[in-house]
Amino acid sequence: MTGAADDPAASFDPGGTGATSWTTGRIITKDLPAPNLVRLRMHVEDRQRHWPGQHYLIRLRAPDDYTAQRSYSLASDDSDPLVEFLVERLPDGEVSEFLADVAEVGDVLELRGPIGRWFRWDTYTPALCLVGGTGVVPAVSMIRAARHHGRSEQLRVVAVSRGPEDLPYADELARAGATIAHTRHEVGDRPPGPPAADELAPLLAGVELAYVCGSARFAGFAEDLLLEAGFSPEAIRVERFGVTG
Amino acid sequence: MPVTRGFRRRRPDGPEGRLPPGQYDTGAGWPVLTAEATPRIARESWTIGVDGLVERPTTWTWDEVQQLPRSSYSGDIHCVTTWSKFDVVFTGVSVDDLLAVAGPQADAAFVMAHSSTGYTTNLPLADITGGKAWVVWEFDGKPLTAEHGGPVRLLVPHLYFWKSAKWISRLELTATDRPGFWEQNGYHDRGDPWLEQRYQGDP
Repeated sequence: MTGAADDPAASFDPGGTGATSWTTGRIITKDLPAPNLVRLRMHVEDRQRHWPGQHYLIRLRAPDDYTAQRSYSLASDDSDPLVEFLVERLPDGEVSEFLADVAEVGDVLELRGPIGRWFRWDTYTPALCLVGGTGVVPAVSMIRAARHHGRSEQLRVVAVSRGPEDLPYADELARAGATIAHTRHEVGDRPPGPPAADELAPLLAGVELAYVCGSARFAGFAEDLLLEAGFSPEAIRVERFGVTG
Repeated sequence: MPVTRGFRRRRPDGPEGRLPPGQYDTGAGWPVLTAEATPRIARESWTIGVDGLVERPTTWTWDEVQQLPRSSYSGDIHCVTTWSKFDVVFTGVSVDDLLAVAGPQADAAFVMAHSSTGYTTNLPLADITGGKAWVVWEFDGKPLTAEHGGPVRLLVPHLYFWKSAKWISRLELTATDRPGFWEQNGYHDRGDPWLEQRYQGDP
């Protein structure tokens, strides 16, 4: 046995950080876990392996060759035979409304990915995800990858939303031991409110990388909170989504 | 590639010749896309240096850069995440005026733009000379906010906007090209929106 083979880090290197090209994928399952959320599981032609935290592009093409494309994080991990997206239907969201309202099982969409080397987790560096609303999606991919590799102790997740109905994957997050904070609802003994620095600080013990994902507003809040809790700004990686429809 | 069943164009085509392929007009919005925590930098402590392959490595303070001739860009910007924003006005100084002081050496062919956060982006020198690039601190007549790269950011509007480094602190001239932050992370080396050079593997 070589040293590299003993190294748990060496056992997971899916590649998937270089050039990508457009391919197609077929919708295998579609469900609406909440009125404004659509979950798609897709079979991808010539799929490349991916790291948790990476994203794909979905591109729609009209008969006049007009196209619209958006980036969506993967909820699935590399071991899943399908890729899974969870998309929030935004008002006037050109792509998200189509995916929620028009797309059906069996439809073929253009896909490209995986993309991103920065916002990805190697499954062994001790990490904390501080994620809000549909920003939980890359954290779900990390949870699944950690579970698959038997390294769940390397990952802590703090998931924030207004209430239970605004938190996708709530059951899966709870089963994985995530800390759940609702700003407008109690969670057990926890009163409503955003997480506080003294709530976060103990979870940051031993953590080397923090992943923040959510709206621009949430990301700003989360960055400030991590700094207030004494975390180094160089070790924060942020994925924020804005008006991307 | 196949037509997507049931998908129809909903957005207008945009002004003739102004929307690069795959882009849409974000209208009044200006989405914020940043990979790092937003730094709070006071104007008084901000500086910009031009160094590397130059005759006279030079650093300007906020007050010093104000003494240079003001220069504005009025036009469109294009983000790789597919939004474009029309008719924006940025004001600052032309990068040409900084380079005129520093004096690029003959073998300088590329520039690495550095932010105070550690963010980097690489450009051919030809893409920041000849009236194509600015160092700016005003947007539509108001101070540039921190979330949009204030107090001062680079502006290279003919390329995708990740090339317009926020919180700019240094322009390093080099003889050879080396990839910056997003360029190491799967994005295209040059990023011309009209050629749709978004990711590695694009033309």
